Amino acid sequence: MSASLLDQAPAKVAPARFRPLDLLPHAVLVLGVLLLGFPLYMVFIGATWDAGTIARGNLPLTPGPLLLDNLAHAWTGTGGERVMHTPVRVMMWNSLVMALAIAVGKIAISIISAYAIAFFRFPLRMVFFWMIFITLMLPVEVRIVPTYEVVAGFGMVDSYAGLTIPLIASATATLLFRQFFLTVPDELVEAAKIDGAGPLRFFLDVLLPLSRTNIAALFVILFIYGWNQYLWPLLVTSSGDMDTVVIGVTKMIGTGEAATDWNIIMAATLLALLPPVAVVALMQRWLVKGLVDSEK
Amino acid sequence: MATVELRQVTKRYGAVEAIRGIDVAARDGEFLVLLGPSGCGKSTLLRMVAGLESITGGEIAIGGRRVDGLEPKDRDIAMVFQNYALYPHMSVFDNMAYGLKIRGLPKAEIRARVTRTAEMLELAPYLDRRPSQLSGGQRQRVAMGRAVVREPAAFLFDEPLSNLDAKLRTQMRLEIKRLQARLGVTSLYVTHDQVEAMTLADRILVMNQGVAEQIGAPLEIYSRPASLFVAGFIGSPPMNILDARIADDGRGLLLGGGGRIALPGPLAAEAGQPVKLGIRPEHLKPTAGPGGLSLTVELSEALGAETVLYGRLDGGQPAQLRMAGMPAHRPGDVLPVTADPSDLHLFDPRTGRRRPDTEQPGWAERRISAVS
Repeated sequence: MSASLLDQAPAKVAPARFRPLDLLPHAVLVLGVLLLGFPLYMVFIGATWDAGTIARGNLPLTPGPLLLDNLAHAWTGTGGERVMHTPVRVMMWNSLVMALAIAVGKIAISIISAYAIAFFRFPLRMVFFWMIFITLMLPVEVRIVPTYEVVAGFGMVDSYAGLTIPLIASATATLLFRQFFLTVPDELVEAAKIDGAGPLRFFLDVLLPLSRTNIAALFVILFIYGWNQYLWPLLVTSSGDMDTVVIGVTKMIGTGEAATDWNIIMAATLLALLPPVAVVALMQRWLVKGLVDSEK
Repeated sequence: MATVELRQVTKRYGAVEAIRGIDVAARDGEFLVLLGPSGCGKSTLLRMVAGLESITGGEIAIGGRRVDGLEPKDRDIAMVFQNYALYPHMSVFDNMAYGLKIRGLPKAEIRARVTRTAEMLELAPYLDRRPSQLSGGQRQRVAMGRAVVREPAAFLFDEPLSNLDAKLRTQMRLEIKRLQARLGVTSLYVTHDQVEAMTLADRILVMNQGVAEQIGAPLEIYSRPASLFVAGFIGSPPMNILDARIADDGRGLLLGGGGRIALPGPLAAEAGQPVKLGIRPEHLKPTAGPGGLSLTVELSEALGAETVLYGRLDGGQPAQLRMAGMPAHRPGDVLPVTADPSDLHLFDPRTGRRRPDTEQPGWAERRISAVS
């Protein structure tokens, strides 16, 4: 009896035998990666050939010799055969300023308003909380006309201020910080009070360091959100010097009779991809940490 | 080092009176324990002393200076919290130094003070660690270090040991006692654990529903509980509380079912009146001859050094008896028992207070001197 039990035991802990069904999830994942990756690969291939090859419609699946040329042309805004465009260098600078301003601005404003809502008792506190909460239902697309009106009234059209300020207020980030702040034990606040830390010191010395991972995770998300803005920059900027890279690339596509320098556009697209990829790659560890655990 | 005085301190939440006029003064260097069941207001009282909770009425003074209007930081106190409340992102050193840093002490002095305190608490090897890298007992010690390093007029402890396991709790209890004795700082200590209270306190304030039931030295409270609540709360297993009637001759108490126990002094004037009789389980003793009471054993808990018998007295009232060693009593046995007249506690059944006549010589005085 006991011998047979012993015989059975190892079979249970041995690695599960290979089952054909196990392949299915992998197949789905691989398919997903291919679906996602192929267009990107085509962008890369497109950026390595000349405009003529692409225009003829028989783009090979292997890289051509012109990657560096195309990147250089896109970067400096020269060398296109037909359409003149703003140099990608300028567009990327604009995008970078906008994305950074939006990410930093959103975090700064949200963390301060969350601090007020989570830690202080003041009249109409819940009213303010709900006012912030309700703006979740009013994204840029919904309020775009009045927002434009206001920005135009302040004379901020075609400026960095006009590009970023209307996008800075963020209910999502405020709520995220509020939820985090609510998990901070009351005793920690009281210990700080007894240690003699006022509200500002507590915020700077205790709360801000504790929010590090949340801030980093939000930064990644908000940077990409800012970088990918399309509708608002399209509306609020008019001069080529203020184009962001997302707008600029679409502007490079010729209309009507004009032919399109697809190789330059693909090179510009490649360049436009780099900053968000870099941010995610560099801050991935923090992103996961910030979304998964809070160090307490 | 200072006194901590509370005068008629009250706390009201709307219509609810959580603290009803507490008067107590901790002497300089005294270890005062606030003891009571959860919800009795002991933590609220401590937090009011700390300044974390406002007071509705009365006065609080520390070192003769009235502080009830001051911010916590201006009260010259340090507090140790139940969950330690260490700053998770700071090292042990920074945790202890933070308060001093805010007060603007010179760097060299901060370093000296923290180092000295850390050595006293055997934390020196851990100064660079984060709280998350420490064990529960070490975190507790850091929390104490943070209080000690400030050299306050008073320590406030809010159930500091309740997050520790039983063994560590005993050990930390000793450490707190030793530390307090060494530093001689007036301490207020909140707990619901009577063992902690009995072992740590110079004096205990027993609280119930926002009222101070009794203030006194641990053994005084044990030997002469001022009310039925204190009698039932202090001591484990708890005191037997029995319904009794004063015998017609005024020289004994009748427990129903023919049970009778002798009083130390005559109470003839109140013959026939009901009283609540308290007898500690260890004072109920088996007797060879007819003792007047008999206990029918229902359950026996042998703990090795002692045995607790659960049973019913004449008249069916439940009672517990504690005796040394491992006597072989079985359920169903009937034991003649008695109690020394001086070990009886009499309470007024209407007010629940200890009867003043039990304060007469011949009642408890003898036993106090015997104990102390």
